Amino acid sequence: MLKILKYSFYDLIRSRWSYVYFLFYLVLGFVLLFLNNDVSKAVITLMNVIIVLVPLIGTIFGVMYYYNSREFTELLLAQPIDRNSIFMGQYFGVAGSLTLSLVLGLGTPFVLYGLFRSNAIFDFSLLLVTGAFLTFIFVGLSFVIAISNENKIKGFGYAVLIWLFLAVVYDGLFLMSLILFEEYPLDTFSLVATMLNPIDLSRILILLKLDISALLGYTGAIFKKFFGTDLGFFISIATLFMWTLLPILGLRYKAQKKDF
Amino acid sequence: MTIEIKELHKQFGKNRVLKGIDLTIEQGRIYAILGPNGSGKTTLIKSILGMVIPDKGHISVLGRTIKKDWKYRKEIDYLPQIANFPPNIKVKELIYMIKDLRNYPSTEGELIDIFGLEPYLDKKLSALSGGTKQKVNIVVAFMFDSPLIILDEPTTGLDPMALIRLKELIRKEKALGKTILITSHIMQFVEEMADDILYLLEGEIYFKGNIRELLEQTGQPDFEHAIAALTTTGNHA
Amino acid sequence: MIFHNLHIRCSLLLLIFLSAHSLWARTWTVCPSCENSSLKETIKSADAHDTLLILKGTYREFDILIDKPLLIKGVNYPIIDGEKKGEILRVQADNVTLDGLFIINVGVSYTKDNAAIRVVRSKHFLIQNMVLEQLFFGIYLEKSSLGKVYHNRIIGEAVDEYNSGNGIQLWYSTDIEVRKNHVQGTRDGIYLEFSDNINITENVSMDNLRYGLHFMFSNHDTYTHNIFENNGAGVAVMFSKFITMKNNTFHKNWGTAAYGMLLKEINDAEIIGNVFKENTIGINIEGSNRIHYIGNDFIGNGWAIRVIGACYTNRFKGNNFLYNSFDISYNSKLNDNVFEGNFWSSYTGYDLDKDGIGDVPYRPVKLFSYVVNRTPETIVLLRSLFMDIIDFSERVSPVFTPDNLMDAQPLMKIRS
Repeated sequence: MLKILKYSFYDLIRSRWSYVYFLFYLVLGFVLLFLNNDVSKAVITLMNVIIVLVPLIGTIFGVMYYYNSREFTELLLAQPIDRNSIFMGQYFGVAGSLTLSLVLGLGTPFVLYGLFRSNAIFDFSLLLVTGAFLTFIFVGLSFVIAISNENKIKGFGYAVLIWLFLAVVYDGLFLMSLILFEEYPLDTFSLVATMLNPIDLSRILILLKLDISALLGYTGAIFKKFFGTDLGFFISIATLFMWTLLPILGLRYKAQKKDF
Repeated sequence: MTIEIKELHKQFGKNRVLKGIDLTIEQGRIYAILGPNGSGKTTLIKSILGMVIPDKGHISVLGRTIKKDWKYRKEIDYLPQIANFPPNIKVKELIYMIKDLRNYPSTEGELIDIFGLEPYLDKKLSALSGGTKQKVNIVVAFMFDSPLIILDEPTTGLDPMALIRLKELIRKEKALGKTILITSHIMQFVEEMADDILYLLEGEIYFKGNIRELLEQTGQPDFEHAIAALTTTGNHA
Repeated sequence: MIFHNLHIRCSLLLLIFLSAHSLWARTWTVCPSCENSSLKETIKSADAHDTLLILKGTYREFDILIDKPLLIKGVNYPIIDGEKKGEILRVQADNVTLDGLFIINVGVSYTKDNAAIRVVRSKHFLIQNMVLEQLFFGIYLEKSSLGKVYHNRIIGEAVDEYNSGNGIQLWYSTDIEVRKNHVQGTRDGIYLEFSDNINITENVSMDNLRYGLHFMFSNHDTYTHNIFENNGAGVAVMFSKFITMKNNTFHKNWGTAAYGMLLKEINDAEIIGNVFKENTIGINIEGSNRIHYIGNDFIGNGWAIRVIGACYTNRFKGNNFLYNSFDISYNSKLNDNVFEGNFWSSYTGYDLDKDGIGDVPYRPVKLFSYVVNRTPETIVLLRSLFMDIIDFSERVSPVFTPDNLMDAQPLMKIRS
């Protein structure tokens, strides 16, 4: 697996898109710091970007890479290599190189700006960690979708739909159910509903760490009480791990059954 | 016995591609797998390679059952149809990579000489013409010393010179006692190379035997017409 | 007749004597090892208009009554230690000056509002350069007027509201200047109840449990150039009229229910040139009318302005709204307030005629803030893409938010 990972990783690292992605974050980081001149504020703005863009880019990249390397995959399948190794290698290669672009692209301007001297370093690390999680989750989802759909257009469509659902539609349904059942106690419901969507979970995790939690009022206090404890933090990280693991297991299952 | 296949079934959706194939492949011979489009040639080959998972049936390669195994592929060299390699990798790197993945001795230097690929080694695969790509494909397939060689449309895009080299190569491998499976649409090539013909039609083996037997059975004067006759009689049958 | 004359003569004599006495007012020196080692005793002995010089040392006394015009001045900050037994200084005379004392250990009581310094029914007092620590109430002015509280330092260690007191409290007092004081760690930093014509300037009030400054039923008061930082809430102005609030800074009043300024039932006030920075809510307005908000800066607050209940004829002009999560939050569909010529950092319009005023009106109320008012739990969707999209569409064509609530002349550049 490590060899496949290595080659997928090298392949991506040298592809134009990795640079585009890397440069995008680099420019974004510089622009944010330059315009805001304040690390903490830039971190907040960055949160919006990470929560929306990272999953989208992970999704699109994952699907694209899978379909583009289909013939190459077939070549590998004829080699004496375990199927799982091939797909895991490619998956970790894509997710890893995207994460690397993200971390280096955003990290460089912030380090140059003097992150290590700012107390925002923890917020910033949390931002990158959630960004990494979201990348792994959405690349995984897109791989599962791509492996399940021979038709590129369909696969691409489904992948974007999944992103759209988790990034937008889910919150819409969430909001409607909150308004619909406003007479009932909703704290547990909100907590569970947040946990079930990796994008919402990441958003809340970052918000709570960013000291915006006061805005969240009473509900925020309950969230803070939950996520603020070691147990809550552990559970949320565990949930993110679950979310990462789920597509990986799906991918392995599909890979075992799939004909090429 | 290099390959043994029993009652092999495979269905894609509603399309039954293989309907109970029974087949034994003997060591040291060249087999041509022929048949009209959609007859299941590629599916059969991919089943042997483990790329297609059969619905039913049994395949063993060199005495080992291949189900849920991948190590047996160490004994197979495979040349896929129309190689489309990762575009960002150089020829040199691709060869190095496959060597690295398989991790046994290889003879790529000799093969590169034969096909005159020296000038292309530092080029990216995306920059190569179809024929050159196919040459690279051949080098990658032949550079290991495996007892079973499977070639899916090996002549695609090759110039006459390269074709001659390819034939020499195949003969040489055969002389070494290797078993070779070939699919091709070039009947002249098949006639020249194959010891045995496997003719697939609608997911079944319609004919198995050498060229002489084929001519006798069909009553045709030459190989090409014999194959054509197989196709038409098959369709009417 | 003669008798009468005599009487006048005597009175005159007495008058001359008395005034002569005040001209040659005596100075008493108090120190632990002096002849006069007790404040209480010395005050008793002293005559009106005398000066008491308190030298460095510790005086363990409480319930010290000052019932005549005196100048009591500490030299090198002598310590008056009440040993938590009760009130420490009580002024009950006009023309008293207290200067440079270090007062500690006021007795905490659940029945009496013990203070370090209490001024009762007195005029023309001056309390300055005092340091008050370990207190219950700090300076308590009761039915007093025409005095000055200047440059004092009041440091409390309040933890709970129920057993802590206010730093400076004015009760039924008028015409008083509170200036350059530093109050921290008390319940309310400065508290006014039924007190009119008070001028509060250049004070720093921070880390207080409840409010930095608190008005109740007080009218015609002014506070300017004060800094309110990190209090439970910055300033609460309730049930008062004609309050002028200028050039104050409200900073980091941050917490679940915290705000920079709370206005409740306030009419005819002026809020000009203040800075509201990083508060959960910049100004929380409830039932307040005819207020002018001019030239204030709202920077990085959760809500810059939150309007609850009916507020009429308020005017928001030339303010800067910079990077607040919500600029304005409204809970009704009615709007009778005017927004004009403000700068909004989230304004995305254009200015084709280059007159510095955006050609497209700005709608400061997000639909999301409206939804949050209705169902508070929905705040968990803060900063989600869905809410951003909904807010955008509402901004383009308002359905739920008041249609006329907009700034028709938004500034293109920040007002400096």
